[in-house]
Amino acid sequence: MSDEGKPAVEMVDVQIDGEWHQFPKGTRMIEACRQVGKEVPHYCYHPKLTSPGNCRMCLVEMGMPPRPRPGEDPPEKDENGHLPISWIPRPVIACANTVAPNMGIRTDSDLTHACRQGVMELLLINHPLDCPICDQAGECRLQEFSVEHGNGGSRFREQKVKKPKNVDIGPRIRLDDERCIMCSRCIRFTDEVADDPVLGFTDRGSHTVLTVHPGQQLANNYSLNTVDICPVGALTSNDFRFQMRVWFLKEDKSICTSCGRGCNITIGSREDEVYRLTPRENNEVNSAWMCDHGRLNFHYLNSEMRLTDPLVRGAEGHETVAWGDAIQAAADALGRCEANEIALIASGRLTNEELFMARRLASVMKTEFVDIVPRSGEADDYLLAADRNPNTNGAKLVLGLDEPGQALKDIREGMAQGRIKALVVLQENLIDDAGFTAEELGKLDFILHTYPLANPTAETADVVLPGAAFSEKRGSMINLTGRLQRLNRATDGPGQTREVWEIVRDLIQALGGGNGIYLIEDVFKQMAGEIAEFEGLTLSKIGDLGVPLLETDEKIPLLERERERVAKGIIVG
Amino acid sequence: MAAIKYLAGKEPHPNEHRMIFRNVDREGWDPSIDTYLGEGGYEQLKKAVAMEPQAITDEVKKAGVRGRGGAGFPAGVKWGFIPPNNTKPVYLICNADESEPGTFKDRYIIHQDPHQLIEGMAIACFAVGAKLAYIYIREEFPEGAAILEKAIAEAHEKGFLGKGICGSDFDLEIYVHRGAGAYICGEETGLIESLEGKRPYPRIKPPYFPAAMGLYLCPTIVNNVETLCHVKHILDMGGEEYAKLGTPNNTGTRILCVSGDVQKPGYFEVQVGKVTLGEVINDMCGGLKPGRKIQAVIPGGSSAKVLRGDETFKIKKGGEDVELKLEDIPMDFDTLAACGSMAGSGGVIVIDDSRSISWVLNNINAFYAHESCGQCTPCREGSLWMKKITDRVVAGKAAPSDIDTLDAVARNIDGRTICAFGEACSWPTESFIQKFRDELVASTNPDLDEAIVNPETELAAAHLAR
Ligand SMILES: Cc1cc2nc3c(=O)[nH]c(=O)nc-3n(C[C@H](O)[C@H](O)[C@H](O)COP(=O)(O)O)c2cc1C
Ligand code: SF4
Ligand code: SF4
Ligand code: SF4
Ligand code: FES
Repeated sequence: MSDEGKPAVEMVDVQIDGEWHQFPKGTRMIEACRQVGKEVPHYCYHPKLTSPGNCRMCLVEMGMPPRPRPGEDPPEKDENGHLPISWIPRPVIACANTVAPNMGIRTDSDLTHACRQGVMELLLINHPLDCPICDQAGECRLQEFSVEHGNGGSRFREQKVKKPKNVDIGPRIRLDDERCIMCSRCIRFTDEVADDPVLGFTDRGSHTVLTVHPGQQLANNYSLNTVDICPVGALTSNDFRFQMRVWFLKEDKSICTSCGRGCNITIGSREDEVYRLTPRENNEVNSAWMCDHGRLNFHYLNSEMRLTDPLVRGAEGHETVAWGDAIQAAADALGRCEANEIALIASGRLTNEELFMARRLASVMKTEFVDIVPRSGEADDYLLAADRNPNTNGAKLVLGLDEPGQALKDIREGMAQGRIKALVVLQENLIDDAGFTAEELGKLDFILHTYPLANPTAETADVVLPGAAFSEKRGSMINLTGRLQRLNRATDGPGQTREVWEIVRDLIQALGGGNGIYLIEDVFKQMAGEIAEFEGLTLSKIGDLGVPLLETDEKIPLLERERERVAKGIIVG
Repeated sequence: MAAIKYLAGKEPHPNEHRMIFRNVDREGWDPSIDTYLGEGGYEQLKKAVAMEPQAITDEVKKAGVRGRGGAGFPAGVKWGFIPPNNTKPVYLICNADESEPGTFKDRYIIHQDPHQLIEGMAIACFAVGAKLAYIYIREEFPEGAAILEKAIAEAHEKGFLGKGICGSDFDLEIYVHRGAGAYICGEETGLIESLEGKRPYPRIKPPYFPAAMGLYLCPTIVNNVETLCHVKHILDMGGEEYAKLGTPNNTGTRILCVSGDVQKPGYFEVQVGKVTLGEVINDMCGGLKPGRKIQAVIPGGSSAKVLRGDETFKIKKGGEDVELKLEDIPMDFDTLAACGSMAGSGGVIVIDDSRSISWVLNNINAFYAHESCGQCTPCREGSLWMKKITDRVVAGKAAPSDIDTLDAVARNIDGRTICAFGEACSWPTESFIQKFRDELVASTNPDLDEAIVNPETELAAAHLAR
């Protein structure tokens, strides 16, 4: 990108803790400090929201060049061109104020420390301090800043203010008003980002309580983001609370697969069980948010319906067999088919790597009948997209599909006419999700089906294989805006579960097509060799935030509005 | 003009200089427009609309009138803060929230001379380019609101409001907005939020200085009722002439509201700095109650720092060191500031030696704990903490160390909050401890230093003992 035509950003000299730095004019003091490794503690400030300056935790000592009185000589610059700084006795908030030429900031002075200690003490006097039974413990800003800025004891000898506890403010969220530090982040989020201003404060002074407005509920599809940004344990998720102490959670970076947006997420798991998904900031995709629909769509991972072993239909119904035997059984059946007697139904939920292996399989099986199952829902004006497949763009690119789902009709016709005798169904439940019937599937000679869960389609299949779900695999996907993003494995699937690219690789081998693929990196390498768009890339080059891959005209409504607010200087972004 | 007669028993003190309060308690006077017009009403507005707006602002600057709402900021300078290249609408707001304890002047203007305020506002609006103005009147003044509504309707009818005022092309509408029943609604940015229909949470400054980003983020001038009334008289007299009233940098008249332990509490309009605190108390208010001594005076509304009755103040005046006794303090902005307090809203609260100091402080703390808006941490938490500590001091359940804690809490608020309520609520505590530490400590009990004084902990301890 070229910066031509853009006005040059004016840089200002700022002294932070004795050292001079340069920052673009307009930089918030708190961001300037952060950029040079001087973290300023804060509660109410959130770069994606307006700055009310209410918590006062970010107070710092500030100074400006002395202003000469009439008749006085202006102060002299030192050899580096800096004016002396006269420090102002009144501290200023670093979150909402911007840097100015020759400004001085002290994040480490007596005054700054005294301010932080004062705010910490005041925040805690009426706080219940029930950390042992608080779900926030371990990721609580009050706890963290108490360690750094608290003064250990308490001088408070009075009775604490009593407030409502365990308040039901919406279907997915619970509020403990005694823990609320009134930072208003949740209020601002619901108002400014979710356009659903149902939260507010009532009463005043120390008796202020957060509440939902009369007759309202915090029920919008983005409500759980308030739990993430609440710096304390005031807002907790009904789904996650009391399930696991956060310090036991292993965190892995991945993406949400519940729609084509591909919101960046962190998967929190312990011992192969997923406990929560939380959004991970990516300013090209999801800002710092995700929708509740995607966030909560993981419980099937821990379901009792998970397939755990390869199954082959025998005389007595499905029987557990070893992986090698299952693959061989499938290869034997598929190997007997002529060209175009097999249809391959893959999924928009497969990674590019899995789709690439599926494409190989299609060519080994000599079939033109290849498609995926489209999946759609209502788009909202924020993040959630109508396309509920996470990798439609990958399927189009890798499988060469123009219009996903278009071939399904031909396939069903072929099945009805007996031209198509076998189906390979990768990670799709055709009966529930694609309108196929058990009767039409029952007419086929052979069905191979991979899926994470037991399902009606599996009932009709001859070979049923446990395919890994999104938290159990590595690979890449292309979201609706054309961005190539990476999934990382957080958990191992139950039992004998395997990733689809491995299953298909083994099947291709059993069908006589050797391929020299051992690792997912090998798949990517071959894919990059065959599909121009991937040229020069590797899984590791994709990085945690993905890379732009395809040009699309897809706009992300939430990001568009956020960028407008950033341009106006209302938020930092 | 015939000498003005005042209602029997309500005659002004001879040392008063009645200008703003000229018609307050006046015999035969009523708030109707006819009465007002009968004495040259709206003549200054007629004059104003034929002037250059800037010329009016210049007169106000020359007059040097300082805000009567609390901070004492020069009105003309404030008007000049509207950005010169502004293209947005400009608003003017009359702050009639009058909620500082000890202050009761704006209500008399509103009740008895509403047209004086409307004329002053109209002139100010013309000067700053506002076509829309609001009177934000405190909720607890229902009658005042009704009187203003009526006065506005009258002024409209006579062409002093509305379109093409007095034959010029100046249009102006004034609306009365009833307040939301909270002290913080008087803080100008809280007021603006309230006017916008929100909770009156004060805004951070920077960036939200009203003159640049006020109501609906447009330039907005907020002035006190009394300040705006002065505008009319400045135009009448001319800025220079007006500036001869009072003392240099402390010009004009102001209304002092005296309450507390004096024989005759009330309001007195005086030339700023021309009367001393002693004259106010002893002459105008008829002195203290029999046999009493001044223990303390809060000279500018409850948030002003307290002065001790037996204190002497070493200050600089005109470059010279002078020593003043409490009674000798001239009632002006600069001297009161030099004495460590402020002229504030003009509310003078006299406390004699019959009062318990801890009770007085607790009373003030109770007010501020009740009125903190709760937006920012230090004030929200600290104001109630201070009240709870002084509750115990009053109840004899405090230890001497509690006074130190009290002081530390106040200092954790002072200078660290969003709005000046932080100072308003911490200065009383800071100054009472500074000036009356012995008295406060005398109300405490050293045996309680380590004792449990909180019913919650008491219960827990009893439970554990079982
Ligand atoms: C907590 C607080 C309460 C206030 N209450 C009032 C009030 O009731 N009336 C008033 O005129 N000014 C009040 N003020 C001052 C206003 O913020 C503002 O400075 C004033 O209205 C400006 O008018 P002036 O310049 O004419 O004095 C208050 C300030 C604070 C900090
Ligand atoms: S919010 Fe934080 S400090 Fe408060 S109880 Fe929970 S973990 Fe403890
Ligand atoms: S509930 Fe949490 S986010 Fe909301 S105001 Fe309270 S502390 Fe802040
Ligand atoms: S200082 Fe007090 S009144 Fe002012 S904003 Fe903060 S909490 Fe509200
Ligand atoms: S972060 Fe809360 S006031 Fe700055």
